[in-house]
Amino acid sequence: MDGYIGIIAIIIVVILLGIGTTALLVRPRSKTTLPPPPAPTPQAPAPPVEEEVVETVAPPAVPVEELVKPPEVEVPPPSAGRMVRLRARLARSQTTLGRGLLELLSRDRLDDDVWDEIEETLITADVGVAPTRAMVEDLKTKVKVLGSRTPSEVRALLRAELLTQIDPGLDRTLHTSAPGERPAVLLVVGVNGTGKTTTTGKLARSLIGDGKTVVLGAADTFRAAAADQLQTWGDRVGAPVVRGPEAGDPASVAFDAVARGIADKADVVIVDTAGRLHTKTGLMDELGKVKRVIEKKAQVDEVLLVLDATTGQNGMRQAQVFGEVVNITGIALTKLDGTAKGGIVISVQRELGVPVKLVGLGEGPDDLAPFDPEVFVDALLGD
Amino acid sequence: MFETLSDRLTSVFSSLRSKGRLSDADIDATCREIRIALLEADVALPVVKDFVAHVKERARGAEVSQALNPAQQVVKIVNDELIEILGGETRRLRLAKTPPTVIMLAGLQGAGKTTLAGKLARWLRDQNHAPLLVACDLQRPNAVQQLSVMAERAGVAVYAPEPGNGVGDPVRVARESIDHARRQQHDVVIIDTAGRLGIDQELMAQAAHIRDAVSPDEVLFVVDAMIGQDAVTTAQAFMDGVGFDGVVLTKLDGDARGGAALSVRHITGRPIMFASTGEKLEDFDAFHPDRMAGRILDMGDILTLIEQAQRTFDEAEAAKMAGKLASGDDFTLDDFLEQMMMVRRMGPIKNLLGMMPGMGQMRDQLNQVDDRDLDRVAAIIRSMTPGERSEPKIINGSRRARIARGSGVSVTEVNNLVTRFFEAQKMMKRMSQGIGIPGMPGGKRNQKQAKPKKGRRVSGDPRKAGLPKEPAADAPAKQPGGMLGNLTPGKLPKGLELPPGFDPSKFNLPGQK
Ligand SMILES: Nc1nc2c(ncn2[C@@H]2O[C@H](COP(=O)(O)OP(=O)(O)O)[C@@H](O)[C@H]2O)c(=O)[nH]1
Ligand SMILES: [Mg+2]
Repeated sequence: MDGYIGIIAIIIVVILLGIGTTALLVRPRSKTTLPPPPAPTPQAPAPPVEEEVVETVAPPAVPVEELVKPPEVEVPPPSAGRMVRLRARLARSQTTLGRGLLELLSRDRLDDDVWDEIEETLITADVGVAPTRAMVEDLKTKVKVLGSRTPSEVRALLRAELLTQIDPGLDRTLHTSAPGERPAVLLVVGVNGTGKTTTTGKLARSLIGDGKTVVLGAADTFRAAAADQLQTWGDRVGAPVVRGPEAGDPASVAFDAVARGIADKADVVIVDTAGRLHTKTGLMDELGKVKRVIEKKAQVDEVLLVLDATTGQNGMRQAQVFGEVVNITGIALTKLDGTAKGGIVISVQRELGVPVKLVGLGEGPDDLAPFDPEVFVDALLGD
Repeated sequence: MFETLSDRLTSVFSSLRSKGRLSDADIDATCREIRIALLEADVALPVVKDFVAHVKERARGAEVSQALNPAQQVVKIVNDELIEILGGETRRLRLAKTPPTVIMLAGLQGAGKTTLAGKLARWLRDQNHAPLLVACDLQRPNAVQQLSVMAERAGVAVYAPEPGNGVGDPVRVARESIDHARRQQHDVVIIDTAGRLGIDQELMAQAAHIRDAVSPDEVLFVVDAMIGQDAVTTAQAFMDGVGFDGVVLTKLDGDARGGAALSVRHITGRPIMFASTGEKLEDFDAFHPDRMAGRILDMGDILTLIEQAQRTFDEAEAAKMAGKLASGDDFTLDDFLEQMMMVRRMGPIKNLLGMMPGMGQMRDQLNQVDDRDLDRVAAIIRSMTPGERSEPKIINGSRRARIARGSGVSVTEVNNLVTRFFEAQKMMKRMSQGIGIPGMPGGKRNQKQAKPKKGRRVSGDPRKAGLPKEPAADAPAKQPGGMLGNLTPGKLPKGLELPPGFDPSKFNLPGQK
């Protein structure tokens, strides 16, 4: 134990010497000018090899594959108007937020207690303390200016405020068509379990519904059966899935997928990646490499960060770090069909300027919609 | 951007220090900051309210008014209360009198149930049980395969009679798995279920049916440490819908502060039994309330830091490298390069820094710290000749130009490194004389006292662990260069004061000046 405490001193020295040096210099913002990092090659974590004898029982005979019926390729519906269709689902779980705020703002007397309650409503939506305070101040000013408060006025005021927070001005088009011949390339990233594979599958389906051809890349070579999971999605809509060996190099799978997309003259290539916590340098380096390797073949048009709506304040860190490593261009906010409000995206959008482009509203194949701020806010406020 | 409790309280306290006695207004101010800190750690609001009210009550009592440093006493109360709530009545897995013991996992989508099932199975197998994994997530595409692979990796058996992907009845699979386990002499059955939302009535009912079909000895609620305010709603929904006996916190290897732990515990009264800390099967541990408390309060976490080191390299290696620091003039750029690579292996430098006490005030600068800076420095050193590395004094103008060319940086950058290296050498000499870093030869004061008793399990206060035990009596904290000076027992809160002599603002981090 003792021996390790010296680590603290070592870290201090490393900071002092290592970071201190470059502090005085102009920090290179563009990542391309960096000298090649001295290669501590991130080893794709290999699955632990079990030498020991597997215990008695073999899995009950029926091999799973044989039971699965050859999937029938479905023709998915086009994506237009999805958010409106999914509005009911959004309303089911999300109206408490909008309605609660409406009710509070409509009170006869807006004393400190009421403002506290408004603040609490926002905090409970994971908006975060500082952004909540800013919003409450904003509302206070607006209410003062308003003077009278008829129900429709309050509603309009709140609607305007929520819209400002969500920022309807951001460009939310998903870059699914590339200039020239080559396919558009989308990279899907995020921490574990947020819904990357599901989002990739749903997105492929919706693009196919819009008449595009799609190639999927299963660059999650780490998690057990992750490629199969994507394959299942691909088979359902007839999108070819490029996969590699388990525990293989994700960058080469991604590369192959893009190559296949180009060869097939597909419209879009979507590359699903393994979940990784943003704190793991090795895995983040690996992700950076996936993107760089793809770029040898084609430009990456869209990097989607999949954020789970249940995520709290840590969502901001995720967005920051993924942004630094692969320069995310859009967010897919999943699991909005639950009770979580996903308020963290307000800060993420504001601080990083990365817009929410897609929302996941369920596990069904068509439960993905382009994010429309107006429809969203109207769903929050209910009818 | 994120201010930590340490940051906030440091400013509140600096105005209180002279007073020695807390007025009601002081207590209110302190509690306001605690409230914000807890909220930013994602502790759910209703829980924060209860908690702060309770702390306030205690803060008005005698223990505080009679304390030497009342404000710090308040924080000690917070820390104690957190540990108390998080850890109250911890307990082990309940095994059934007549096997098989049935453990059922439940939770939201993506919480990490399937991975956890594998870890739990392996953990039980290591304790000479014969667990059976049961695939009842027939919902998510290929969840069944995933579980089968986990079983294979864990070296345990799996019961997966249905293909999944929407096909098969999970209730029936669960029921039949018990008979199967009996026939095959499995003494523990672990049932993996599909992720479900609290508001999904139908799926919650299904979970209840699975439960009724197998009467589990333990229902474990699996929850992601990154979850925010929704923890309350979800925990309550699972409590009402299926009920659970214990909680497993997953993805604790990230940097989420994990306020959910407190929320779930407080709302449901169920103990947190396990922590899942990585993707590998062995990344699974009993839950440590004390560490969680420190993490929620964000007071620096030396123990985690040290554990990270332990995972990365062996003690001899660490001690040897630390020893080099004490050698002053003999410390070479080669040594530094080696140390840097070592630190790099431990994870992003930002995270490591965040775990150090007293770094709270540096948050903004920390945000600009980048591992790539280290890579650049490494590149510079690699472009030096062995002679230059061990005798940096010989690095003259023309050598500098050559090194800059070789490593693709500007000459100024090389200059800076060399200058800073000499400064660091000087500092190291001071350090090795003034302070005690155990395991670091040369810490004169500490050679006698540094060794903690052999075999003592390090738990509880990480700052007490293996650190100089001498309290303020002979004032080690006043020693110049005593960078760990305030990490002494009885001087809570840890990390709230910058250790004298350990002044990170002198570090010249990016963003300063
Ligand atoms: N309720 C709900 N569940 C979702 C949504 N998106 C994904 N999921 C579920 O979340 C879990 C994890 O998804 P997966 O795509 O495997 O996550 P990955 O690890 O990021 O690839 C699965 O059970 C999905 O069915 C959504 O929008 N709503
Ligand atoms: Mg996946």
